[in-house]
Amino acid sequence: MIAISLNTGLIIASIMFFTGLIGVMIRKNIMFMLISIEIMLNAAGLAFVFAGAQHGQADGQIMFLFILTTAAAEVAVGLALIIQFYQKFKTLNSDAANNMRG
Amino acid sequence: MTILFYIAALIAIVASIMVVTRTNIIHALLYMVISLLATAVMFFLIGAPFIAAMEIIIYAGAIMVLFVFVVMMLNLGKQAVEQEKRWLSTEGWYFPSLLSFILLLEIGYLIVSGQTAPFNGRQIPPAEVGKELYSTYLIGVELAAILLMAGIIGAYHLARRKKYVVHRFLKTEGAEQ
Repeated sequence: MIAISLNTGLIIASIMFFTGLIGVMIRKNIMFMLISIEIMLNAAGLAFVFAGAQHGQADGQIMFLFILTTAAAEVAVGLALIIQFYQKFKTLNSDAANNMRG
Repeated sequence: MTILFYIAALIAIVASIMVVTRTNIIHALLYMVISLLATAVMFFLIGAPFIAAMEIIIYAGAIMVLFVFVVMMLNLGKQAVEQEKRWLSTEGWYFPSLLSFILLLEIGYLIVSGQTAPFNGRQIPPAEVGKELYSTYLIGVELAAILLMAGIIGAYHLARRKKYVVHRFLKTEGAEQ
């Protein structure tokens, strides 16, 4: 039994979420942007688990499992794209890909 | 128990901030692992032991290791760290941070202005999660399987190196023979 409320948990989750959001916005390195997206996904899962624990239901944990699956698939595809990006541009600067080729 | 929770939350937040502000990517990944471990401690304390184990095994164990492997493959050197330092020292970062901080304050205000009861402290055992997962959310599990399959195929297709076929006089670029 721990004496914290759902508010505390949600505030922790939102602080972590906004840390990730700031990371996506301020970094130029595409790898750091992907890691920041991971932080944001983790924070969203944290909020789900807190809400599930508040109601004493398993649904929040199941939602976290789905977020975990999505994160795994997203990381696999994202890292493959980063490898291609690096082979093409020889840099991880996201500004290198700022114009479309069409 | 409560103080343990707050310490874990503080470590998670500080480690996340360190991830965002590092210049060396391996250091950032190690801080990310710390953040995930602290999150797992929080999960354990609020009565979700199964999710705590999943967080460590899949997030810290599999996804972060995947990141580390890709960083090793890219083989970034010292000049990448220097470049990161230059990018972070330009003042392009504080306006986005300010805007996000205002949004965070708004969300914090909205959360604080509503009242909720403290956690009831009931531990939800893995068996309950599993039963719910394979009855109510069965369609979700199957969709997740399809998503992972698509992810694997997509990652293989995207990361494949293009073959360069060099003839005597002309160089052609082809994906496969």
